[in-house]
Amino acid sequence: MGEKCRILYCNCAHARVVPDEVKNAVLDKLCETDADISWQAVSDLCEMVARRDPALKNLRADDGNLKIAACFPRAVKWLFASSGVPLDPERTQICNMREQSAGEIMQALLSDDITPNVPEGTGKAPAEVVAESEGNA
Amino acid sequence: MSLTQTRALEVVLYEGGETTPLTPDERRTLFRDVLNQGFGVRRTTDPGDVPVDERTHAVVVGRFNGRQPESLGLPGPGGNIQFIDLSGEGEGLGADSPIAAAVGRIREDRQLFDHKVWKPWFPVIDYDRCTNCMQCLSFCLFGVYGVSHEQQIQVQNHDNCKTNCPACSRVCPEAAIMFPKYKAGPINGDMVSDSDLQREKMKVDISSLLGGDVYELLRNRSERAKSRFSKERDSDKALNERQKCLVKLQKDADIPPEVLMSLPSPDEIQRRAAEASAKAEAALEANRNKRDASGAEQGG
Ligand code: SF4
Ligand code: SF4
Repeated sequence: MGEKCRILYCNCAHARVVPDEVKNAVLDKLCETDADISWQAVSDLCEMVARRDPALKNLRADDGNLKIAACFPRAVKWLFASSGVPLDPERTQICNMREQSAGEIMQALLSDDITPNVPEGTGKAPAEVVAESEGNA
Repeated sequence: MSLTQTRALEVVLYEGGETTPLTPDERRTLFRDVLNQGFGVRRTTDPGDVPVDERTHAVVVGRFNGRQPESLGLPGPGGNIQFIDLSGEGEGLGADSPIAAAVGRIREDRQLFDHKVWKPWFPVIDYDRCTNCMQCLSFCLFGVYGVSHEQQIQVQNHDNCKTNCPACSRVCPEAAIMFPKYKAGPINGDMVSDSDLQREKMKVDISSLLGGDVYELLRNRSERAKSRFSKERDSDKALNERQKCLVKLQKDADIPPEVLMSLPSPDEIQRRAAEASAKAEAALEANRNKRDASGAEQGG
Protein backbone atom coordinates (compact mmCIF):
# COMPACT_ATOMS: atom_id res chain seq x y z
CA MET A 1 0.00 0.00 0.00
CA GLY A 2 1.49 3.36 -1.04
CA GLU A 3 0.40 5.73 1.68
CA LYS A 4 -0.07 4.54 5.23
CA CYS A 5 -3.54 3.09 5.52
CA ARG A 6 -5.45 1.72 8.47
CA ILE A 7 -8.29 -0.73 8.35
CA LEU A 8 -11.16 -0.80 10.81
CA TYR A 9 -13.55 -3.75 10.93
CA CYS A 10 -16.81 -3.63 12.89
CA ASN A 11 -18.14 -6.97 14.16
CA CYS A 12 -21.67 -5.55 14.76
CA ALA A 13 -22.02 -7.83 17.77
CA HIS A 14 -25.54 -7.05 18.84
CA ALA A 15 -27.61 -7.41 15.71
CA ARG A 16 -28.13 -9.75 12.83
CA VAL A 17 -28.28 -6.94 10.30
CA VAL A 18 -24.85 -7.67 8.85
CA PRO A 19 -24.93 -11.12 7.22
CA ASP A 20 -22.76 -13.56 9.18
CA GLU A 21 -21.21 -15.02 6.04
CA VAL A 22 -19.95 -11.61 4.90
CA LYS A 23 -18.77 -10.58 8.35
CA ASN A 24 -16.92 -13.86 8.95
CA ALA A 25 -15.39 -14.02 5.49
CA VAL A 26 -13.99 -10.47 5.78
CA LEU A 27 -12.55 -11.22 9.22
CA ASP A 28 -11.01 -14.50 8.02
CA LYS A 29 -9.40 -12.84 5.02
CA LEU A 30 -7.98 -10.06 7.17
CA CYS A 31 -6.46 -12.68 9.47
CA GLU A 32 -4.72 -14.24 6.49
CA THR A 33 -3.07 -10.97 5.54
CA ASP A 34 0.61 -10.79 6.35
CA ALA A 35 1.18 -7.42 4.72
CA ASP A 36 2.64 -4.66 6.83
CA ILE A 37 -0.72 -3.13 7.64
CA SER A 38 -2.28 -2.24 10.94
CA TRP A 39 -5.84 -3.34 11.22
CA GLN A 40 -8.29 -3.31 14.01
CA ALA A 41 -11.51 -5.09 14.83
CA VAL A 42 -14.06 -3.57 17.18
CA SER A 43 -16.86 -5.55 18.72
CA ASP A 44 -19.57 -2.97 18.00
CA LEU A 45 -18.95 0.55 16.80
CA CYS A 46 -22.42 1.69 17.89
CA GLU A 47 -21.67 0.56 21.43
CA MET A 48 -18.40 2.50 21.46
CA VAL A 49 -20.23 5.64 20.40
CA ALA A 50 -22.83 5.23 23.14
CA ARG A 51 -20.10 4.69 25.73
CA ARG A 52 -18.16 7.64 24.33
CA ASP A 53 -15.17 5.34 24.23
CA PRO A 54 -11.95 7.38 24.14
CA ALA A 55 -10.56 4.84 21.66
CA LEU A 56 -12.84 6.36 18.98
CA LYS A 57 -10.37 9.19 18.62
CA ASN A 58 -7.62 6.72 17.75
CA LEU A 59 -9.80 4.84 15.30
CA ARG A 60 -9.98 7.85 13.03
CA ALA A 61 -6.63 7.93 11.24
CA ASP A 62 -5.07 11.35 11.70
CA ASP A 63 -1.99 10.46 9.76
CA GLY A 64 -3.17 8.58 6.71
CA ASN A 65 -6.03 6.88 4.93
CA LEU A 66 -8.71 4.91 6.71
CA LYS A 67 -10.81 2.10 5.29
CA ILE A 68 -13.79 0.95 7.31
CA ALA A 69 -15.79 -2.28 6.94
CA ALA A 70 -19.10 -1.68 8.72
CA CYS A 71 -22.54 -0.71 7.43
CA PHE A 72 -24.13 2.19 5.50
CA PRO A 73 -21.68 5.07 4.94
CA ARG A 74 -24.29 7.64 6.06
CA ALA A 75 -24.71 5.86 9.40
CA VAL A 76 -20.96 5.46 9.93
CA LYS A 77 -20.31 9.11 9.02
CA TRP A 78 -22.73 10.40 11.64
CA LEU A 79 -21.78 7.85 14.31
CA PHE A 80 -18.25 9.24 14.21
CA ALA A 81 -19.32 12.86 13.87
CA SER A 82 -21.73 12.63 16.80
CA SER A 83 -18.81 11.46 18.95
CA GLY A 84 -16.84 14.60 18.12
CA VAL A 85 -14.44 12.78 15.77
CA PRO A 86 -15.64 13.51 12.22
CA LEU A 87 -14.13 11.36 9.48
CA ASP A 88 -11.85 12.99 6.93
CA PRO A 89 -13.97 12.91 3.72
CA GLU A 90 -10.87 12.93 1.51
CA ARG A 91 -9.15 10.00 3.20
CA THR A 92 -11.91 7.64 4.28
CA GLN A 93 -13.58 4.81 2.42
CA ILE A 94 -16.49 2.96 4.01
CA CYS A 95 -17.40 -0.55 2.85
CA ASN A 96 -20.93 -1.67 3.59
CA MET A 97 -21.07 -5.26 4.83
CA ARG A 98 -24.89 -5.10 4.75
CA GLU A 99 -24.90 -4.75 0.97
CA GLN A 100 -21.52 -5.58 -0.56
CA SER A 101 -19.98 -9.01 -1.02
CA ALA A 102 -16.97 -10.12 1.03
CA GLY A 103 -14.87 -10.34 -2.16
CA GLU A 104 -15.71 -6.79 -3.17
CA ILE A 105 -14.94 -5.52 0.33
CA MET A 106 -11.59 -7.31 0.58
CA GLN A 107 -10.55 -5.94 -2.77
CA ALA A 108 -11.31 -2.43 -1.56
CA LEU A 109 -9.64 -2.91 1.83
CA LEU A 110 -6.40 -4.31 0.46
CA SER A 111 -6.14 -2.13 -2.63
CA ASP A 112 -3.30 0.39 -2.83
CA ASP A 113 -5.82 3.04 -3.83
CA ILE A 114 -8.55 4.64 -1.83
CA THR A 115 -11.96 5.70 -3.15
CA PRO A 116 -13.27 8.16 -0.59
CA ASN A 117 -17.04 7.81 -0.20
CA VAL A 118 -18.11 9.60 2.98
CA PRO A 119 -21.48 11.12 1.96
CA GLU A 120 -21.10 14.79 1.07
CA GLY A 121 -22.81 17.54 3.02
CA THR A 122 -22.19 20.66 5.01
CA GLY A 123 -24.05 19.67 8.19
CA LYS A 124 -22.12 19.71 11.44
CA ALA A 125 -22.79 17.74 14.59
CA PRO A 126 -22.41 19.62 17.89
CA ALA A 127 -18.76 19.56 18.92
CA GLU A 128 -19.50 18.03 22.29
CA VAL A 129 -22.19 15.87 23.80
CA VAL A 130 -23.66 17.62 26.82
CA ALA A 131 -23.28 15.24 29.76
CA GLU A 132 -26.43 13.85 31.39
CA SER A 133 -25.49 15.51 34.66
CA GLU A 134 -25.68 18.91 33.01
CA GLY A 135 -29.34 18.18 32.99
CA ASN A 136 -30.98 19.26 29.80
CA ALA A 137 -31.92 15.78 28.68
CA MET B 1 -21.83 3.33 36.83
CA SER B 2 -23.03 5.39 33.89
CA LEU B 3 -22.46 4.02 30.42
CA THR B 4 -20.10 6.85 29.59
CA GLN B 5 -17.78 6.04 32.49
CA THR B 6 -17.39 2.34 31.79
CA ARG B 7 -13.95 0.93 31.11
CA ALA B 8 -12.97 -1.12 28.08
CA LEU B 9 -10.28 -3.59 27.16
CA GLU B 10 -8.36 -4.04 23.96
CA VAL B 11 -6.09 -6.88 22.91
CA VAL B 12 -3.14 -5.82 20.78
CA LEU B 13 -1.43 -8.46 18.67
CA TYR B 14 2.05 -7.07 18.12
CA GLU B 15 3.85 -8.61 15.15
CA GLY B 16 6.53 -6.01 14.49
CA GLY B 17 10.28 -5.94 15.11
CA GLU B 18 11.90 -9.22 15.96
CA THR B 19 8.76 -11.08 16.88
CA THR B 20 7.48 -14.22 15.16
CA PRO B 21 4.08 -13.68 13.50
CA LEU B 22 1.14 -15.91 14.37
CA THR B 23 -0.24 -18.22 11.69
CA PRO B 24 -3.52 -17.16 10.00
CA ASP B 25 -5.36 -19.87 11.93
CA GLU B 26 -3.98 -18.65 15.24
CA ARG B 27 -4.94 -15.07 14.40
CA ARG B 28 -8.44 -16.17 13.49
CA THR B 29 -8.87 -17.97 16.82
CA LEU B 30 -7.55 -15.00 18.74
CA PHE B 31 -9.68 -12.42 16.94
CA ARG B 32 -12.89 -14.46 17.11
CA ASP B 33 -12.43 -15.23 20.79
CA VAL B 34 -11.76 -11.63 21.83
CA LEU B 35 -14.57 -10.22 19.68
CA ASN B 36 -17.01 -12.80 21.04
CA GLN B 37 -16.27 -11.52 24.52
CA GLY B 38 -17.24 -8.02 23.39
CA PHE B 39 -13.75 -6.49 23.23
CA GLY B 40 -11.68 -4.99 20.47
CA VAL B 41 -8.52 -6.50 19.02
CA ARG B 42 -5.93 -5.17 16.63
CA ARG B 43 -2.97 -6.50 14.72
CA THR B 44 -0.10 -4.10 14.37
CA THR B 45 3.57 -3.86 13.50
CA ASP B 46 3.80 -0.34 14.94
CA PRO B 47 4.76 -0.14 18.64
CA GLY B 48 3.05 3.28 18.81
CA ASP B 49 -0.34 1.62 18.29
CA VAL B 50 -0.72 0.40 21.90
CA PRO B 51 -3.62 2.39 23.36
CA VAL B 52 -2.68 4.48 26.36
CA ASP B 53 -5.79 6.12 27.79
CA GLU B 54 -7.05 5.68 31.29
CA ARG B 55 -10.39 4.06 30.37
CA THR B 56 -8.81 1.32 28.24
CA HIS B 57 -6.85 -1.70 29.46
CA ALA B 58 -4.44 -3.07 26.89
CA VAL B 59 -3.34 -6.69 26.78
CA VAL B 60 -0.40 -6.82 24.38
CA VAL B 61 0.26 -10.29 23.02
CA GLY B 62 2.70 -11.76 20.50
CA ARG B 63 5.58 -14.16 20.04
CA PHE B 64 8.20 -11.93 21.64
CA ASN B 65 10.72 -14.80 21.87
CA GLY B 66 11.57 -13.90 25.43
CA ARG B 67 12.34 -10.23 24.71
CA GLN B 68 11.23 -7.52 27.09
CA PRO B 69 8.56 -5.14 25.73
CA GLU B 70 10.90 -2.15 26.07
CA SER B 71 13.51 -3.80 23.88
CA LEU B 72 10.87 -4.10 21.16
CA GLY B 73 10.05 -0.40 21.45
CA LEU B 74 6.73 -1.07 23.21
CA PRO B 75 5.63 0.88 26.27
CA GLY B 76 6.60 -0.92 29.50
CA PRO B 77 4.10 -3.01 31.48
CA GLY B 78 2.20 -1.62 34.45
CA GLY B 79 -0.82 0.60 34.92
CA ASN B 80 -3.29 -0.34 32.23
CA ILE B 81 -0.92 -2.40 30.12
CA GLN B 82 -0.19 -6.10 30.41
CA PHE B 83 2.02 -8.32 28.23
CA ILE B 84 1.66 -11.96 27.30
CA ASP B 85 4.47 -13.67 25.43
CA LEU B 86 3.04 -16.51 23.38
CA SER B 87 6.39 -18.01 22.44
CA GLY B 88 6.50 -20.46 25.36
CA GLU B 89 5.62 -24.04 24.70
CA GLY B 90 1.97 -25.00 24.85
CA GLU B 91 0.77 -21.40 24.79
CA GLY B 92 -2.50 -21.99 22.93
CA LEU B 93 -5.10 -19.45 21.92
CA GLY B 94 -8.87 -19.36 22.34
CA ALA B 95 -11.06 -20.19 25.29
CA ASP B 96 -8.42 -21.91 27.51
CA SER B 97 -5.55 -19.63 26.63
CA PRO B 98 -3.55 -17.33 28.92
CA ILE B 99 -5.15 -14.44 27.01
CA ALA B 100 -8.65 -15.58 27.94
CA ALA B 101 -7.53 -15.96 31.56
CA ALA B 102 -6.00 -12.46 31.62
CA VAL B 103 -9.10 -10.95 30.03
CA GLY B 104 -11.31 -12.71 32.58
CA ARG B 105 -9.16 -11.46 35.47
CA ILE B 106 -9.14 -7.86 34.25
CA ARG B 107 -12.87 -8.01 33.58
CA GLU B 108 -13.50 -8.94 37.20
CA ASP B 109 -10.90 -6.72 38.88
CA ARG B 110 -11.65 -3.56 36.94
CA GLN B 111 -15.40 -3.89 36.46
CA LEU B 112 -15.23 -3.63 32.71
CA PHE B 113 -18.29 -2.87 30.64
CA ASP B 114 -20.36 -6.02 30.21
CA HIS B 115 -21.43 -5.86 26.61
CA LYS B 116 -24.15 -8.45 27.06
CA VAL B 117 -26.32 -6.21 29.22
CA TRP B 118 -27.40 -3.71 26.60
CA LYS B 119 -28.03 -3.81 22.88
CA PRO B 120 -26.69 -0.51 21.53
CA TRP B 121 -29.91 0.83 20.03
CA PHE B 122 -30.23 4.58 19.76
CA PRO B 123 -30.95 7.31 17.20
CA VAL B 124 -28.17 8.81 15.12
CA ILE B 125 -28.87 12.23 13.61
CA ASP B 126 -27.88 13.08 10.03
CA TYR B 127 -26.98 16.75 10.40
CA ASP B 128 -26.85 17.16 6.63
CA ARG B 129 -30.63 16.78 6.75
CA CYS B 130 -31.60 17.99 10.21
CA THR B 131 -33.24 21.44 10.38
CA ASN B 132 -33.14 21.63 14.20
CA CYS B 133 -36.97 21.71 14.37
CA MET B 134 -36.98 19.90 17.77
CA GLN B 135 -39.89 17.59 16.90
CA CYS B 136 -37.90 14.58 18.06
CA LEU B 137 -37.15 16.29 21.36
CA SER B 138 -40.84 17.04 21.96
CA PHE B 139 -41.84 13.52 20.96
CA CYS B 140 -39.47 11.40 23.03
CA LEU B 141 -40.74 10.61 26.53
CA PHE B 142 -37.53 9.00 27.68
CA GLY B 143 -35.09 11.90 27.64
CA VAL B 144 -32.93 10.48 24.86
CA TYR B 145 -32.61 13.87 23.14
CA GLY B 146 -31.31 17.15 24.48
CA VAL B 147 -29.73 20.29 23.14
CA SER B 148 -26.07 21.23 22.98
CA HIS B 149 -24.68 24.41 24.50
CA GLU B 150 -25.24 25.98 21.06
CA GLN B 151 -28.93 24.93 21.15
CA GLN B 152 -28.46 22.20 18.57
CA ILE B 153 -30.40 18.97 18.87
CA GLN B 154 -28.32 15.98 19.95
CA VAL B 155 -28.62 12.49 21.37
CA GLN B 156 -27.55 12.64 25.00
CA ASN B 157 -28.82 9.58 26.82
CA HIS B 158 -28.29 6.71 24.42
CA ASP B 159 -29.23 3.97 26.87
CA ASN B 160 -32.60 5.54 27.68
CA CYS B 161 -33.77 4.59 24.18
CA LYS B 162 -36.25 1.70 23.93
CA THR B 163 -34.61 -1.23 22.18
CA ASN B 164 -35.89 -1.86 18.64
CA CYS B 165 -38.25 1.13 18.74
CA PRO B 166 -37.65 3.49 15.78
CA ALA B 167 -40.71 5.68 16.48
CA CYS B 168 -38.92 9.03 16.65
CA SER B 169 -37.45 8.48 13.19
CA ARG B 170 -41.06 8.49 11.96
CA VAL B 171 -41.83 11.90 13.40
CA CYS B 172 -38.77 13.54 11.85
CA PRO B 173 -40.04 15.51 8.83
CA GLU B 174 -36.61 15.39 7.18
CA ALA B 175 -35.92 11.65 7.54
CA ALA B 176 -32.80 12.72 9.44
CA ILE B 177 -32.99 10.12 12.21
CA MET B 178 -31.26 6.80 11.68
CA PHE B 179 -31.08 3.64 13.72
CA PRO B 180 -28.05 1.84 12.25
CA LYS B 181 -29.27 -1.55 13.46
CA TYR B 182 -32.76 -1.14 11.94
CA LYS B 183 -33.78 -3.60 9.25
CA ALA B 184 -34.79 -1.25 6.42
CA GLY B 185 -33.84 2.00 4.73
CA PRO B 186 -33.64 4.87 5.01
CA ILE B 187 -33.82 4.45 8.81
CA ASN B 188 -30.85 2.05 8.72
CA GLY B 189 -28.66 4.71 7.10
CA ASP B 190 -29.35 3.90 3.46
CA MET B 191 -29.65 6.98 1.26
CA VAL B 192 -32.92 8.93 1.48
CA SER B 193 -34.88 9.11 -1.76
CA ASP B 194 -37.53 11.69 -2.63
CA SER B 195 -40.23 9.09 -2.23
CA ASP B 196 -38.88 8.20 1.24
CA LEU B 197 -39.14 11.83 2.17
CA GLN B 198 -42.74 12.06 1.00
CA ARG B 199 -43.52 8.94 3.01
CA GLU B 200 -41.87 10.31 6.14
CA LYS B 201 -43.78 13.59 5.76
CA MET B 202 -47.01 11.64 5.40
CA LYS B 203 -46.34 9.79 8.60
CA VAL B 204 -46.36 13.05 10.51
CA ASP B 205 -49.70 13.86 8.93
CA ILE B 206 -51.00 10.44 9.90
CA SER B 207 -50.13 11.09 13.53
CA SER B 208 -52.01 14.38 13.49
CA LEU B 209 -54.98 12.73 11.79
CA LEU B 210 -55.07 10.22 14.59
CA GLY B 211 -56.03 13.00 16.96
CA GLY B 212 -52.92 15.09 17.23
CA ASP B 213 -51.67 13.36 20.33
CA VAL B 214 -49.74 10.25 19.55
CA TYR B 215 -49.23 9.46 23.24
CA GLU B 216 -52.93 9.58 24.03
CA LEU B 217 -53.41 7.02 21.31
CA LEU B 218 -50.57 4.84 22.51
CA ARG B 219 -51.84 4.96 26.06
CA ASN B 220 -55.40 4.05 25.11
CA ARG B 221 -54.27 1.15 23.01
CA SER B 222 -51.96 -0.06 25.69
CA GLU B 223 -54.57 0.27 28.49
CA ARG B 224 -57.19 -1.50 26.42
CA ALA B 225 -54.78 -4.25 25.57
CA LYS B 226 -53.79 -4.64 29.20
CA SER B 227 -57.35 -4.83 30.55
CA ARG B 228 -58.36 -7.37 27.93
CA PHE B 229 -55.35 -9.37 28.82
CA SER B 230 -56.05 -9.37 32.56
CA LYS B 231 -59.66 -10.53 32.14
CA GLU B 232 -58.81 -13.25 29.74
CA ARG B 233 -58.15 -16.72 31.04
CA ASP B 234 -57.03 -18.29 27.83
CA SER B 235 -53.61 -16.83 27.33
CA ASP B 236 -53.51 -17.59 23.61
CA LYS B 237 -56.75 -15.72 23.03
CA ALA B 238 -55.54 -12.83 25.14
CA LEU B 239 -52.39 -12.67 23.15
CA ASN B 240 -54.41 -12.57 19.94
CA GLU B 241 -56.52 -9.71 21.28
CA ARG B 242 -53.51 -7.80 22.34
CA GLN B 243 -51.83 -8.33 19.03
CA LYS B 244 -54.91 -7.09 17.17
CA CYS B 245 -54.94 -3.90 19.21
CA LEU B 246 -51.33 -3.24 18.52
CA VAL B 247 -51.24 -4.13 14.87
CA LYS B 248 -52.16 -0.68 13.63
CA LEU B 249 -49.61 1.09 15.77
CA GLN B 250 -46.95 -1.41 15.05
CA LYS B 251 -47.60 -0.86 11.35
CA ASP B 252 -47.74 2.92 11.53
CA ALA B 253 -44.68 3.49 13.63
CA ASP B 254 -43.10 0.05 14.00
CA ILE B 255 -43.22 0.33 17.78
CA PRO B 256 -42.49 -2.98 19.51
CA PRO B 257 -45.40 -4.20 21.71
CA GLU B 258 -43.18 -4.36 24.78
CA VAL B 259 -42.55 -0.62 24.47
CA LEU B 260 -46.28 0.09 24.31
CA MET B 261 -46.88 -2.16 27.29
CA SER B 262 -44.25 -0.42 29.35
CA LEU B 263 -45.54 3.12 28.85
CA PRO B 264 -45.91 4.98 32.14
CA SER B 265 -49.23 6.07 33.66
CA PRO B 266 -51.31 8.70 31.81
CA ASP B 267 -50.34 11.39 34.34
CA GLU B 268 -46.68 10.56 34.00
CA ILE B 269 -46.96 10.58 30.20
CA GLN B 270 -48.53 14.02 30.36
CA ARG B 271 -45.87 15.31 32.72
CA ARG B 272 -43.01 14.01 30.59
CA ALA B 273 -44.59 15.21 27.34
CA ALA B 274 -45.04 18.71 28.82
CA GLU B 275 -41.44 18.71 30.04
CA ALA B 276 -40.11 17.61 26.65
CA SER B 277 -42.10 20.17 24.73
CA ALA B 278 -41.03 22.93 27.16
CA LYS B 279 -37.40 22.00 26.48
CA ALA B 280 -38.02 22.03 22.73
CA GLU B 281 -39.81 25.39 22.91
CA ALA B 282 -36.98 26.91 25.00
CA ALA B 283 -34.40 25.73 22.46
CA LEU B 284 -36.45 27.07 19.53
CA GLU B 285 -36.86 30.41 21.32
CA ALA B 286 -33.11 30.62 22.01
CA ASN B 287 -32.42 29.91 18.34
CA ARG B 288 -34.91 32.58 17.24
CA ASN B 289 -33.21 35.11 19.54
CA LYS B 290 -29.80 34.14 18.17
CA ARG B 291 -31.04 34.63 14.61
CA ASP B 292 -32.63 38.00 15.46
CA ALA B 293 -29.43 39.19 17.15
CA SER B 294 -27.24 38.21 14.21
CA GLY B 295 -29.77 39.80 11.81
CA ALA B 296 -29.65 43.04 13.79
CA GLU B 297 -25.85 42.96 13.80
CA GLN B 298 -25.70 42.49 10.05
CA GLY B 299 -28.36 45.14 9.48
CA GLY B 300 -26.85 47.78 11.68
S1 SF4 C 1 -21.64 0.72 12.95
FE1 SF4 C 1 -23.03 -0.50 11.67
S2 SF4 C 1 -21.97 -2.48 11.52
FE2 SF4 C 1 -21.05 -1.40 13.28
S3 SF4 C 1 -22.22 -1.98 15.12
FE3 SF4 C 1 -23.20 -0.14 14.32
S4 SF4 C 1 -24.83 -0.93 12.96
FE4 SF4 C 1 -23.39 -2.62 13.28
S1 SF4 D 1 -37.12 15.95 14.15
FE1 SF4 D 1 -35.52 15.58 12.60
S2 SF4 D 1 -35.13 17.60 11.66
FE2 SF4 D 1 -36.24 17.94 13.58
S3 SF4 D 1 -34.60 18.29 15.13
FE3 SF4 D 1 -35.14 16.10 15.20
S4 SF4 D 1 -33.65 15.15 13.80
FE4 SF4 D 1 -33.63 17.34 13.34
